[in-house]
Amino acid sequence: MINGISINYYILLSAVLFIIGAVGVMARRNSIIIFMCIELMLNAVNLLLVSFSVLHNDASGQVFVFFIMAVAAAEVAVGLAILSMIYRNIKSIDTDLLSNLKN
Amino acid sequence: MLGYTITQWLFGILSFLAIMFGLMVVFSRNPVNSVLYLVMAFFCIAGHYLLLNAQFLAVVHIVVYAGAIMVLFLFVIMLMNLNQDTEPQRTWLTKIIAGISGGLMLFVLVGSLKGSEQLQLTTYGASQIGLVKNLGKVLFSEFLFPFEIASILLLAALVGAIMIGKKEIK
Repeated sequence: MINGISINYYILLSAVLFIIGAVGVMARRNSIIIFMCIELMLNAVNLLLVSFSVLHNDASGQVFVFFIMAVAAAEVAVGLAILSMIYRNIKSIDTDLLSNLKN
Repeated sequence: MLGYTITQWLFGILSFLAIMFGLMVVFSRNPVNSVLYLVMAFFCIAGHYLLLNAQFLAVVHIVVYAGAIMVLFLFVIMLMNLNQDTEPQRTWLTKIIAGISGGLMLFVLVGSLKGSEQLQLTTYGASQIGLVKNLGKVLFSEFLFPFEIASILLLAALVGAIMIGKKEIK
């Protein structure tokens, strides 16, 4: 039963998801939304890794995705802690207000 | 059905939903709505993993992303009491520039795909590498050392998050 999907469609889907995330990072000012867009970009890459791992019938790609998930969890925990500390100090998470290092 | 198999239909529907929810994350004014749309997008991506017969990753994806990480996001948003009124907005010029640069990036990526070989993925159910049994064997033999390092990383992140998040030490 031939019901395979071409790898090109997966590449296309991942590219579109990644670019939605990238545009979100550029177009939004809320730090939490920017964080969520980074998660979307990570997921686009994960999906591509899994599809290539299935294409080549090699489990390493899926193990790598597992590690990426662990690292993403650690990143989100530390990142949200930093954001909540920033909010406690300046009462905002607007990225344009985070310019203390400028002067 | 219209010359397409059920797998191809599922792929199309899941892709459409994932892209729609992804767009809603970016365009939604209310951060709480953004989080909920992102959860829906993650469920669609988990469906893609199931379609690729990567069952372990599909379950881990739902548990870790939709279950743990997004709840963390939701808690932080509620803690800061963010809503539509406090949402900072970029100028239209910046948004248009972001859209154009994203479109150009998509153009380059799609253009690089044109004319490449159409490799077909293994049919549904034929690929056995994504099952818990097979992936566990690889994870605990070939990748045992990185696996242990990942646990240390998570411990360090836990300690770091508490250290950063707590109030000033007297």
